[in-house]
Amino acid sequence: MSEAITSDFLMKTPFHARTAPLCLSGKWGRWAGYSSVDCFYSVTEEYFAVRTAASLFDMSPMIKYRVTGRDAARFVNRLITRDIGACPPGHGLYVCWCDGDGKLIEDGTVFRLAENDFQINTAEHNFCWFEDTALGLDVTIADVSEEFAALALQGPLSRLVLERLGLTGIEAMPYFGLAWFTLDEAPLLVSRTGFTGDLGYELWIEPGRAEMLWDRLMAAGKDYRLTPIGAAALEMVRIEAGLIEIGFDYIGAEAALRESRKRSPYELGLGWLVDLKKSYFVGKRALAEEKRRGGPRWRLVGLEIEGNKPAIESFIYRGRTEVGHVTSAMWSPTLKKNIAIAVLEAPYATPKADLWAEIWHPRELEIRKINAPCRVVRRPFYDPPRRKA
Amino acid sequence: MKRYDAIVIGAGHNGLTAAAYLARAGKSVVVLERRPVIGGAAVSEELYPGFTYSSCSYVSSLMRPEIMRGLDLPRYGLQIIPYEGILTILPDGDYLASYSDPDLTRRENLRHSKRDAEAFGRFSLEVLRQCRFIKPMLLMTPPDPTSFKLDDIRGLIWMGRKFADLSERQMYDVMRFWTMSCADFLDEYFESEAVKGQLAGSSIIGTALGPRSPGSAYILLHHYMGEVDGDIGAWGYARGGMGAISRALAGAAQAHDCEIRTEAEVSQIIVKGGKAVGVALADGEEVYGTAIVSNLDPKRTFLKLMPLEHLDDTFIDQVRNFKIRGSSGKLNIALDGWPEFIAKPPIPAPLYSSIQIHRTLDDLERAYDDWKNGMWSRHPYLDIVIPSGLDPTMAPPGKHYMSVFVQYVPPKLKDGPWDDAKRSAFADTVIDTLAEICPNIRDLILHMQVRSPWDLENEVGLTEGNIFQGELTLDQLMFNRPFPGYAQYRGPLRRLYMCGSCTHPGGGVMGAPGANAAREILKDFKRRILR
Repeated sequence: MSEAITSDFLMKTPFHARTAPLCLSGKWGRWAGYSSVDCFYSVTEEYFAVRTAASLFDMSPMIKYRVTGRDAARFVNRLITRDIGACPPGHGLYVCWCDGDGKLIEDGTVFRLAENDFQINTAEHNFCWFEDTALGLDVTIADVSEEFAALALQGPLSRLVLERLGLTGIEAMPYFGLAWFTLDEAPLLVSRTGFTGDLGYELWIEPGRAEMLWDRLMAAGKDYRLTPIGAAALEMVRIEAGLIEIGFDYIGAEAALRESRKRSPYELGLGWLVDLKKSYFVGKRALAEEKRRGGPRWRLVGLEIEGNKPAIESFIYRGRTEVGHVTSAMWSPTLKKNIAIAVLEAPYATPKADLWAEIWHPRELEIRKINAPCRVVRRPFYDPPRRKA
Repeated sequence: MKRYDAIVIGAGHNGLTAAAYLARAGKSVVVLERRPVIGGAAVSEELYPGFTYSSCSYVSSLMRPEIMRGLDLPRYGLQIIPYEGILTILPDGDYLASYSDPDLTRRENLRHSKRDAEAFGRFSLEVLRQCRFIKPMLLMTPPDPTSFKLDDIRGLIWMGRKFADLSERQMYDVMRFWTMSCADFLDEYFESEAVKGQLAGSSIIGTALGPRSPGSAYILLHHYMGEVDGDIGAWGYARGGMGAISRALAGAAQAHDCEIRTEAEVSQIIVKGGKAVGVALADGEEVYGTAIVSNLDPKRTFLKLMPLEHLDDTFIDQVRNFKIRGSSGKLNIALDGWPEFIAKPPIPAPLYSSIQIHRTLDDLERAYDDWKNGMWSRHPYLDIVIPSGLDPTMAPPGKHYMSVFVQYVPPKLKDGPWDDAKRSAFADTVIDTLAEICPNIRDLILHMQVRSPWDLENEVGLTEGNIFQGELTLDQLMFNRPFPGYAQYRGPLRRLYMCGSCTHPGGGVMGAPGANAAREILKDFKRRILR
């Protein structure tokens, strides 16, 4: 009897045969049911590859939906808080979508492949929500997560790598642009998007050709220090870029057990994604009402903190009153600053507020409490011109 | 002659819980049990050499962690081993497994429905919200909404506050949830019959309701609100069988000098001057005490043990109208080896999970129709566990103990009383059904115990064989349990108390009724109502 668990407990991405031998640290994590490399060899090395050269990240576990049909554009416009009219075919858009109470379900990217053909990239499963939103519309929603292998090629030298790969015209591709190429007879979609706040691209290919793409890229990037990176380095650059992450900086409305944990886009600094002038979208009435009342209770802000101890999970105080808490924190090796993303009560979410962070920092197994003054700053913390240039 | 502070009638797990709390508070307590074994329906019995049967209740989740901690039960041998989830086996050899790992469960559901894979998360969250609402009420005495006593008003305000903490939509959901049918509730989330069938099992176990009966959604919640080590909704095995829970409770009670007497059947409650003062045993012995605490169901307590001349007609009517309908049976089987199931999930789920035979909501409703017609279900719902898979102490090496819970089985058959022939025909129905998903079952059977609700009533003493000591419907829950006006563990006579699953918060091996009753009794000692 005594059968052992022998099945593939976690799924393997199409790049697994390439990434596994390179994962010298043995540090793996879980992502949407897949094994995902946390760190190949050194987080520091991988971090600096993103900021100073070029990096390759296997983002295949990302969830992708294809939306097609006569009403596809109407559907997307009903779903998202931004106006899809601002996004012509061949372009992508950073968007968010809310429930009927105007609480954020998720943020993600939409690619407009053609007039009525979209790809929506998300971190969480949204199939039910999308289908419910599509009620009465002539659209087909398909989960195509397993039909694409995806790599993020990011860093100041990423464009040179793609040029070396032979993708002609890549230098003219605009920020958030999309372009189709053929590589070894396989169709390759390239989007100028990323989660690093740097110059970068995301590459989408059929899973059967994934290893070919990896090999071709690594060969093309040989002279540009193209380095595979894991989730740990990506986490660092995304904080520097001031980008928020579901499950870390906020809980999606569909996943929140406690009503009070749900957040509106205004609370998360995503007010710029909400277009109250466009036609009806889910949550519009609630968001308009929230705006009319002068905005919500909370604000997501960037913080600069004195000292060099990361304010992980710290409470933020003004005087002796607790006014918020940190959701993401790190020492930024590029900025040489101690930075954090935090949720604060609205009246204190201003550079003028006199705040301090309570940091519990382990020093040789002894935990020390540090009260570090901090102030609200603009996000992104790091925004090189090359990101959009 | 010795006069005890408290006499507990019946050594079920709630009687033992109450006794342990009373003894721990320094009271002199005696527990009187009719049978040679303690535990009531939480027992481990060796009915075939080398095999331990959890012959009645068979899995644990509801036992309150506060009680395990408070009475230090692990010190007296209690260990709960959590198991994975549910494996539903479909007739064609396909299956639907639920795992403790959410990614795996998602992928499993995805094979059956794209929507349901995701809806499962939504559903679990909603059930968890309902659990969070009800959980703090389990170990509290239900406040009486018609009373103006300070405790009741305080309790009602507390509940009102708790309710007010919910969002507007959640308030509606709570009210809907407590009254709607399980089928309606599941239909709001799911489309796949396999997924719905798997979840519906929890809403019919032990109840004489069908999945389309209003109120059945609550039964589902009742089976979800337990926990193993903080994992809400998880179930596990008591190591050494369910009797381990009773033995641990007895150990905790005896450590505080509680006396536990077996083969001491109470035949009558002795009433003097309008107060319950003691009990008479079947052999004529009389035992006197200050508080008389009955662990039995109200029909037994009041219609069998209590001289009726001490009760008024209105109260007797309430007792007679109490719904305690038996609806389930059980097979305990000693197996000569590992049973081979037609489904072969990649992770050996039979070892880690409870096993169900696939039933659609309609199948379950038809099965319920058979019960209404005075027959056991021709295509019954089966909840199968093999505790020896995770707890090797339950059977000799290489052999296994299988518990098969069967729904629906009536306590009274339309064609006459239960007898050996009927019991055997019933067992045939169950084994035939089992053989559909486990073809080698017949070759493996070394010994089998067959229990109808009638057997449960006559052996364990649960009226009509109802495993919850009374239906868990809204009219018999909270301040209505067991009857309006008597929901605070006090009986109609002074010094008489109730502590069984017939009281709030109801059935399942939970211990909460016993703990709550002990708290009320100690309060009465403190107020010198008892002395």
